[in-house]
Amino acid sequence: MITAGVDAGNKFTKVVIIRDGEVISRDQLPSGFDRRQSAFKAFKRALSTAGLNEDDVQKVMATGAGRSEVDFAGGTVTEVGAAARGSIHVIPESRTVIDVGAEEGRALKMDETGKVLNFTISDKCAAGAGSFIEMMSQALEITPEEMGSLSLQAVQTVPMNAQCAVFAESEVISLIHSRVPKADIARSVFNAMAGRISSLVRRVGLNKELAMIGGMAKNPGFVRELEKDLDTKIFLTENPDFVSALGAALIAAEKIS
Amino acid sequence: MIANYGYKDGSGEFFISIDTAKCAQCEAKPCVEACPEKILVIFTDDYDDEVIGVKEEHRKKIKYSCGPCKPITEKRNLSCQKACPSGAIVHSW
Amino acid sequence: MATGKKKEHWRWEESNWHNPEIDWVKARIITAGVDVGSVSSQAVIMCDGKLFAYSNMRTGSNSPDSALNAINWAMEETGLTLDDLHYTVGTGYGRINVPFANRAVTEIACHARSGGFMYGPTVRTILDIGGQDSKVIHCDSKGKVTSFIMNDKCAAGTGRGMEVFADLLDIPIGEVGTRSLDVEEEPEPVSSTCVVFAKTEAVGLLHAGWSKERVLAAYCSSMAQRVLSLLNRIGIKKDLVITGGIAKNIGIVSRIEDKLGITALKPRYDTQIAGAVGAALFARALIEKDN
Repeated sequence: MITAGVDAGNKFTKVVIIRDGEVISRDQLPSGFDRRQSAFKAFKRALSTAGLNEDDVQKVMATGAGRSEVDFAGGTVTEVGAAARGSIHVIPESRTVIDVGAEEGRALKMDETGKVLNFTISDKCAAGAGSFIEMMSQALEITPEEMGSLSLQAVQTVPMNAQCAVFAESEVISLIHSRVPKADIARSVFNAMAGRISSLVRRVGLNKELAMIGGMAKNPGFVRELEKDLDTKIFLTENPDFVSALGAALIAAEKIS
Repeated sequence: MIANYGYKDGSGEFFISIDTAKCAQCEAKPCVEACPEKILVIFTDDYDDEVIGVKEEHRKKIKYSCGPCKPITEKRNLSCQKACPSGAIVHSW
Repeated sequence: MATGKKKEHWRWEESNWHNPEIDWVKARIITAGVDVGSVSSQAVIMCDGKLFAYSNMRTGSNSPDSALNAINWAMEETGLTLDDLHYTVGTGYGRINVPFANRAVTEIACHARSGGFMYGPTVRTILDIGGQDSKVIHCDSKGKVTSFIMNDKCAAGTGRGMEVFADLLDIPIGEVGTRSLDVEEEPEPVSSTCVVFAKTEAVGLLHAGWSKERVLAAYCSSMAQRVLSLLNRIGIKKDLVITGGIAKNIGIVSRIEDKLGITALKPRYDTQIAGAVGAALFARALIEKDN
């Protein structure tokens, strides 16, 4: 059985195609202004990588902020539902999941089947989302990836007063002017953001089996600050930004059988 | 004066209101010690009255600072309000 | 890019002024107020309670220097020196870093104190929208604060948020207000509360064919709503005044007035100097109290 999941995020649209629970293809494209078209293009590309036609896919499920625009999907699933289903598949021992994307942060608690028990979302403010890191990396004139590795060389954290991304950008610039090393600034930024994500986790209730998915899970600087803040190890997976798309594909398969 | 400390953002409004006229009359100011997170501070305001306020470093995160006394979903047990003899402290959430 | 900005549309004009009809040498009490804000700094000099000189400029990276630059610019061509000032009050975000001030007073108390001078004796509610915060202050007939609320956590509802939009749309900050009113009908407000997300939303609207004016209208409307919710939190007592940099933005002021159904009193002076005026008035009261 072949199914697909499309995660139409605010920044990127991710597609995963699975055959009997195994990933056979994945692709992603920037979501752009026309999310429907980006989703369709990414889907086509993933199909061609797998050597498949549209007709070979028995069901497509869409998730993500732009899921309703994915008109070739046979159904939709919430971001939280898809994140939980995908996470339990790739990290079976996880019971709490942190999902930080471009414009939102989420924390959820689930049972051993991936059924969501409790969740909380922060999507009203850039300070708790990936955009925050992107803006600060621009102020530092490096990429978010460089910022992640640079932060690991930091010797100290300086206090950040600003909570708002707009104000934090000015604060970062004034720290640069006062000659604080970029590595220290980078760590301080991750530390400030980790504090906000931790509070989401504490609200759903922290247990030891904590996993993190979403684009920010690829950033070792952020993961380290979050682990320190929560005082626990975080389980990671290889393609964290595709976990929700995978979840949607798994749910599609369950709908058929 | 009713001094409102806190903030408003996408997640809601989080303000602690302090009636400084009542507060200035109170010698002991037991609320400051009662707060388990030590977010309150005694200071002299612009009209030379000795009153309490929320510490600067807590104003933009009081939702979290006050979290231990009032988690969003559970019972409320506000040590500062219980300690205040004149009902000068009000929370907006 | 955050550094090395080519576009500088957020830059408003800096200014200084003095009243040539006042001879400060004959004044009995000369006081000054210096308001070092996060974005702009102002200095005001008063002779026996009358406005003699002021300056308004962008705050530099160092508060003590900004305070000194502002007072020097206000004193320019007047023959006054720092030694001639009898009492100086510092206010604003950088108030404790005004090296020549005799005392620091919060901007909340200063705004309340200046209400009568700036707008007349009937002022009871002051809405101050600054570069990095918004505040609502209730005051009594003597200019004493009776209650206040402030939001400085988030750029939405502050001048800084407006600057971000001016920059995005390539529109000089001074033209934002009038151009936001140049629309046939008022669009729905921008839905995101957060400035960063509102920016993304605006880019989408421009892409969908909206004019810059319409996007500005949608943002001004959302900002007016945002400020109003702070106002409603402590309520409005008449008369209302709007002060701070955003008071110069007709697009925001008229939308706030429309939504409230009341008119704000018109200022007698540049609204950006309100805090510094209050500080200079405080200085005078403090001298009289000491003597």
